[in-house]
Amino acid sequence: MITAILIMAGGGLLLGAVLGWASVRYRVQEDPLVEKIDAILPQTQCGQCGFPGCKPYAEAIAKGEADINRCPPGGEDGVKRLAELLGVDPKPLDEGLEHKPKAVAVIDENLCIGCTLCIQACPVDAIVGAAKQMHVIIADQCTGCELCLPPCPVECIHMEVIREDISRWKWRYPVIPLHPVRQA
Amino acid sequence: MRKLYPFPGGVHPPEHKSESNGRPIAQAPLLPRYVVPLRQHIGNPAKPVVKVGDRVLKGQMIGQPDGYVSTAVHAPTSGRVVAVAPQPVPHPSGIADLAIAIEADGEDRAIEYQPLLDWRSMDPSTLRNRIRDLGLAGLGGAVFPSYIKLNPKAAARIPTLILNGAECEPWITCDDRLMRERPHDILRGIAVMQALLHAEEVLVGIEDNKPEAMAAMQAAAEHCGFPLEVVAVPTQYPAGGGKQLTYLLTGKETPSGALSTDIGVQVFNIGTAYSLYRAIEFGEPVISRVVTVTGHVAEPQNIEVRIGTPIADLIRLAGGELAGASGRLIGGPMMGFDLRDDAAPVTKSVNCVIVKNPILFPPPPPPMPCIRCGECARACPALLQPFELYWYAKARDFGKAQGYQLFDCIECGCCSYVCPSHIPLVDYFRYGKSEIWAREREMQAAEQARKRHEFHLFREEREKQEKADKLAAKAAERLKQGAAAPATADPEAERKKAILQAAIERAQKAKANIQPRNVDNVPPDVQHEIAEIEARRARLREAAHAQDEDKA
Ligand code: SF4
Ligand code: SF4
Ligand code: SF4
Ligand code: SF4
Repeated sequence: MITAILIMAGGGLLLGAVLGWASVRYRVQEDPLVEKIDAILPQTQCGQCGFPGCKPYAEAIAKGEADINRCPPGGEDGVKRLAELLGVDPKPLDEGLEHKPKAVAVIDENLCIGCTLCIQACPVDAIVGAAKQMHVIIADQCTGCELCLPPCPVECIHMEVIREDISRWKWRYPVIPLHPVRQA
Repeated sequence: MRKLYPFPGGVHPPEHKSESNGRPIAQAPLLPRYVVPLRQHIGNPAKPVVKVGDRVLKGQMIGQPDGYVSTAVHAPTSGRVVAVAPQPVPHPSGIADLAIAIEADGEDRAIEYQPLLDWRSMDPSTLRNRIRDLGLAGLGGAVFPSYIKLNPKAAARIPTLILNGAECEPWITCDDRLMRERPHDILRGIAVMQALLHAEEVLVGIEDNKPEAMAAMQAAAEHCGFPLEVVAVPTQYPAGGGKQLTYLLTGKETPSGALSTDIGVQVFNIGTAYSLYRAIEFGEPVISRVVTVTGHVAEPQNIEVRIGTPIADLIRLAGGELAGASGRLIGGPMMGFDLRDDAAPVTKSVNCVIVKNPILFPPPPPPMPCIRCGECARACPALLQPFELYWYAKARDFGKAQGYQLFDCIECGCCSYVCPSHIPLVDYFRYGKSEIWAREREMQAAEQARKRHEFHLFREEREKQEKADKLAAKAAERLKQGAAAPATADPEAERKKAILQAAIERAQKAKANIQPRNVDNVPPDVQHEIAEIEARRARLREAAHAQDEDKA
């Protein structure tokens, strides 16, 4: 009887020790929250959230210093996913912020004086050009942050909403089709 | 008799084949204008190689393959290019896409075709490139570039070649007619496929509602020179689905996310075999195909038309729409879509045009809530749980939908067909899939932007550092050259700066050397007092400093 108890107790202790050792030895480095938040943010780097970029905003959210509804490009969808990640209730975008359709910046080549100011403003280096030369925006790389608009001294940059084409087209959310009555 | 492996689920909608399968394939006359879209296949659209005003000949390449997953498009007749611009195309979105419009000159002169009769002795990769440049793509509807599928090296060994002649969608009969009328030609095309893939077994699956096509193919198969078996499969939609037909004929299941080549099977459509025959025998590119025109038209039938034929003209060739037509479907009623604009042309993927009327195609009754009856799950050939998928797709919970294997859905429409609540289930699945793809694209773009932004920050930092380093180096150099005779380009300012710098340096050096003299020999209490005062002053200095910084 006593041997049995001892064996069980000993076994328990041994397993406990092994588990304890394993939990220390193989501790999983928890993915930092900031990175998870940053992964949801759209990386537009526009600063509309009031922070100088997506990463700083992610850091602020992680520290609890900023609310989750301050990123307009991410839109409602983004807020929803942040809410899911952080286990809080989703909410509408903060007042004064609105989600706009995605656009890219375009430079009017006739007006550009090649001052390079826009290059310095673009957070993702999507503008190419050199001093006194016409500057071009690489549409694929432009995040639509609009940061290049204010510095341009001749106001030759404008935003163009991306038009839907077949390769980007999405099936719509099903709605009950309305059938127009044919005029006889 | 071959043992068949019935696939799960499926439905048997009214066939409606007899409307169009009684007449022989008609040849379309030359039309005045054709519109050839550049995106007719899966993958990258072809790149236009002609411009407005160019004269082109029939069969001339007007759009070249762009990248690996791509193929060419060709002029359907001789004439003049009148537009290279977005034009209506047969697509559920109704969005215009880049296409080349050609005004026929009536001569129908062709380029000199180069038959590939010596294909057996040709270098395989040269042969495949020729096939790519002749624009071959799967004509069953998926339009995957054929030359990729004909590469035996790309995948593992492929012992089984399956030819899909099931044609399981209601109304469509173009493969049926093709098999009845041109079985020998189809077999010649199959022979090329068999040889290229080194297939040991060739199976032609035909639904048993096409006895004439069966008989014709069987008769032709008797002297085709390689092992080929024509197999009748039960008429059950979607027997013509690639995975379903594979399972039906071989009992091999294609795992989730895998291709049929992963299990040693390659599937081609009958029409593709025929166009491969045309390519090999005559060197002819894919500039025509057989299309079923049926439904509410005067003479439902199959017509061999050139790619680029406006669908309005096609319908006219079938006697035109009857009174009371209520729309047009591209493809079959199960998987097809509504055509928005009948100026859109026939492309390689258009196998059928159905003119609707309210009796044959009544508007769907309004959907009701799901009663979780499970009918949809019983009908699903992919063994999914459509009501769960529906639940999550409707709630836009795409992660959960993916967890329920949304991407295994082949969009066959069986679930919508049987649902007693008339829920357009497939529409939700298509919506869910395209949302997930879009999200994937956005994530990739965001990842790119993140990297570029990180690099931008790094570059800014580096430039700042470089600037500072340069300034420091300059200042040091100037000091070395001596304060009295600075020999720089901007002498006056630089000289003043250097003098100032030198003065500061001198003062600092002096300060370091000077020791207060009258505290050398003081009693300890005085020493203590001095120390206290010094400490207080230090504290004050610090406070003032902090205040300054706050203000700044
Ligand atoms: S080009 Fe302009 S709008 Fe586009 S990412 Fe750069 S700064 Fe933003
Ligand atoms: S800021 Fe304006 S003017 Fe200056 S380079 Fe950019 S686009 Fe040209
Ligand atoms: S068939 Fe329709 S009602 Fe029945 S479980 Fe499926 S979705 Fe729900
Ligand atoms: S459409 Fe998708 S979910 Fe519905 S039956 Fe077909 S494979 Fe199953």
